[in-house]
Amino acid sequence: VGDKTDVWQGTLALMVLKTIETIGPLHGYGIARRIEQTSGDRLSLNYGTLYPSLLKLEQEGSITSEWGLSENNRRAKFYKLTRAGRKQLEREAHNWEETTSILARFLAPSEDPA
Amino acid sequence: MRALRAGLRRLAGLFPDHRRERELEAEIESHLQMHVDDNLRSGMTPEQARRDALLKLGGVEPTKEAWRERSTVPFLEHLLQDGRYALRQLRQHVGFTATAVLTLALGTGASVAIFAFVDAALLKPLPYHDPSRLVGVFETVELFPQSNLSYPDYLDWKRMNTTLASLDAFGQTGYRLATDAGAQPASGARVSDGFFRTLGVKPALGRDFREGEDLATEPRTVMLSYGAWQARYGGSPDILGKTVVLNGDPTVVIGVLPREFHFAPVEPAEFWTTLHAEGGCDLRRSCHGLYGVGRLKDGVAIEAALADVKSIAQRLEAQYPDSNRGQGAAVFPLADVIVGNVRPTLMVLLGGAALLLLIASVNVMGLLLVRSESRKREVAVRSAMGASSARLIAQFVTEGVVLSLAGGALGLVAALWAMRLLTRLIPANMLGAMPFLQDLGLNPRVLSFAGVIVVFAALLFSVTPVLRLSSPGIRDGLAEGSRGSAGTLWRRLGSRLVVLELAMAMVLLVCAGLLGKSLYRLLQVDLGLRPEGLVTLQLAAPSSDYGKDEQAIALVRDLESRVRDLPGVQSVGVVVNGLPVGGNGNTTWFRVLGRPWHGEHNESPERDVSPTYFETLGATLSEGRYFTEADDLSKPRVAIINRAMARRYFPDEEPLGKQLSYLSDPPVPMEIVGVVEDVREGPLDAPIPPVLYVPFNQSTGNYLGVIIRTAQSGAALLPAVSETVRRIHPDIVIVAAQTMSERIDLSPAAYLHRSSAWLVGGFAGLALVLGVVGLYGVIAYSVGQRTREIGVRIALGAQPRSVYELVLGEAGWLIAFGTLTGLALSVAAATAMSGLLFGVRSWDVPTLVGVALVLGSASLLASYLPARRAASVDPVEALRTE
Repeated sequence: VGDKTDVWQGTLALMVLKTIETIGPLHGYGIARRIEQTSGDRLSLNYGTLYPSLLKLEQEGSITSEWGLSENNRRAKFYKLTRAGRKQLEREAHNWEETTSILARFLAPSEDPA
Repeated sequence: MRALRAGLRRLAGLFPDHRRERELEAEIESHLQMHVDDNLRSGMTPEQARRDALLKLGGVEPTKEAWRERSTVPFLEHLLQDGRYALRQLRQHVGFTATAVLTLALGTGASVAIFAFVDAALLKPLPYHDPSRLVGVFETVELFPQSNLSYPDYLDWKRMNTTLASLDAFGQTGYRLATDAGAQPASGARVSDGFFRTLGVKPALGRDFREGEDLATEPRTVMLSYGAWQARYGGSPDILGKTVVLNGDPTVVIGVLPREFHFAPVEPAEFWTTLHAEGGCDLRRSCHGLYGVGRLKDGVAIEAALADVKSIAQRLEAQYPDSNRGQGAAVFPLADVIVGNVRPTLMVLLGGAALLLLIASVNVMGLLLVRSESRKREVAVRSAMGASSARLIAQFVTEGVVLSLAGGALGLVAALWAMRLLTRLIPANMLGAMPFLQDLGLNPRVLSFAGVIVVFAALLFSVTPVLRLSSPGIRDGLAEGSRGSAGTLWRRLGSRLVVLELAMAMVLLVCAGLLGKSLYRLLQVDLGLRPEGLVTLQLAAPSSDYGKDEQAIALVRDLESRVRDLPGVQSVGVVVNGLPVGGNGNTTWFRVLGRPWHGEHNESPERDVSPTYFETLGATLSEGRYFTEADDLSKPRVAIINRAMARRYFPDEEPLGKQLSYLSDPPVPMEIVGVVEDVREGPLDAPIPPVLYVPFNQSTGNYLGVIIRTAQSGAALLPAVSETVRRIHPDIVIVAAQTMSERIDLSPAAYLHRSSAWLVGGFAGLALVLGVVGLYGVIAYSVGQRTREIGVRIALGAQPRSVYELVLGEAGWLIAFGTLTGLALSVAAATAMSGLLFGVRSWDVPTLVGVALVLGSASLLASYLPARRAASVDPVEALRTE
């Protein structure tokens, strides 16, 4: 169980951070919808799994939360990126790009130099 | 860093926080609301909208659960849960909990308290620099294996030895301290100049003695003990350079010793003066008044030092045969000199406390076994509901840990209390001589000892139920009432534990019995005197006024006649060199005139007594006469000998009329005019040596032992006696005053025997109770298990008699095994502690039989109760219950 969740949790955290960076302070529901939309609805997300991830980011100090009013005048908890969170996002985005580019080389059709 | 931060936040999450819970609820609710809003806008019915939102979320409860998992540390969360559950469990079963905790506290308390004494006396390093390199140095003679050094011998040993980095001398003494309120007795010690440097002790205030400062030509100087400085001079630093008057000699205070310093061989000692060797005893090679303390050179073993001083003693013996004939040498580690006499007692007590702890632990194990039996159902239910074995085990471990922590904590409190009580029970004179006991307490070593006990108890108490419950068949606990193989298995284990308990209780009881019998024998020992109604005093008279023979004789006549006139006084006598039931006092060398003599040293304690001494004591004259007032220096010298001397030196002759002499040249004859039955001059537990009594009027002194026989209570007489003494001369000090019975009861031999007898007796009593209760538990449990079987038997016509036989038979085997095992172990244990026994052998048959009877009958009584219950089982009830 551990490995899969960790990878998933890690990627989910990256998505959450990126979403908040792009849109600004946002509530959990909004983040979930936004992630779905951004993925072109290719990603089916159990919205509930988002909350432990948000809690973890908050515990680590990457985001902070605050109660506010949604566009439809509903009370909601808004999550905001901190400076540490911005740095973490940069770092992880970079790592992710590295990983994907390395993987891409592996998966690309072989151009055997010999 | 981030991980650390998150970890801390999660730890904080362990504390229940309702606000956070409510916030989570609100957040999820707002999430659902927004989702429903959106869904409604996209045209769903309200019901559909809500359902879809919940579905997308993945359910409210799982979300909350996942969030909570992340919000705290699951392992710790479980631990806390287990802890709370354990506490609840233990609270619900108050009887069980209280019994277990108290039993464990009892064992822990006793062990920790005794260990604290062992620590203070034997483990804590002595307050000197590198104490393991320090040795006590003694001369030896036939009469005493640790005899004093004479000053000239000390100087020669110091000069000639090659194995000691330094050798110094010390001796105990008492002073008359001049104060504004008249003379007061003060304890003291005389030491050579380098004494404190050899020990590696630096004064807390002022300076140490300088080299050569102990010579008679130097001005007199003194160092104060920290206690004396505080008590007598209010801890004022101005004391340095002040002059105090000790025994009439002005003496300058040059320093104060550190608070933690003590030196048991001369304690209690307030005033530490230099030897200042002059006149009298000090300059004679044959007069032994000092002890030696030395520091081994680096790399020198104590055996080498012993060989070294032995060869020196031989050379001195050859060189000075008159004084040194038969004077050997001995070297012991200083620690042995200081605590050697209490070590065996303490070790026996520690062994007793450990046995008690063991019995207590076994008892608690038994309780836990019974309880785990009755919890089979609970365990089966929990495991059926999905609790993993790890989780179940964790639960029992938690309970074990909680139990042992509670028992340990309570035990520590009990230990503290016991330590205070025991210290208070030590007579002041014993406590003064054991200064190392004064900082008894819960230091880190004692606390670690208690910690080790708790850890072991926790291990034992958590492993016991786990082993029991992880045995096969436990899962069947749901299916049936608890019968079958598992019950038998436990019964077997429980029986073994009980046999062990009974055997150990037997060991403790036998040891207590033997020690008690020793104490009885010791107090029954023939004293050669009648202690009832005797009062004893020790007086120190100033030698400036009473140093001459006629002055001392006049003082004693005056004192005796004045005291005799006090109301209730029947007679009074005076002795120099020591009251009965004390140390051995001073000894002398003598020869029997008219027999060939080749310079050998016949040694015996000498007592200089007034004419009324023996009658006052209540001694028994066997032959001849006592001294009279007329036996003074104008008459021929006379002597009385005790039975031991008559037996040893005149085995087949009539001693009366024989002539003795000191080893003077020419000899001065003393005619033996009387033989007295042995008076217990030395300690209660030592054989009585040959003793030579001479008349005070022919051999005076000014350090007097006074004995008074009175018809009224001794305590009531003392103030009048003190007043009388003060009226004779204000500078005579009373060093000690007690009744003869007190003197006997408080003597070190009686005290050591009494304390070990009472303490081991207490342990044994507790062990008996615990062992018998353990037996009762096993039998009662076994009867409970077999109710149905017994019911069937009775239904089939078994008589109560046969049911009794059934139950008592089972108990009988356990008792027999326990007693026999205990018997063998007892003899072994008693042999190991035979050094502490007096007048009783370690296989004393009456004690062994008596203890076996007590243990057997108590055990039978304990098994009779369940047997009676079994015999009165109603067969119908018994069969219906299951």
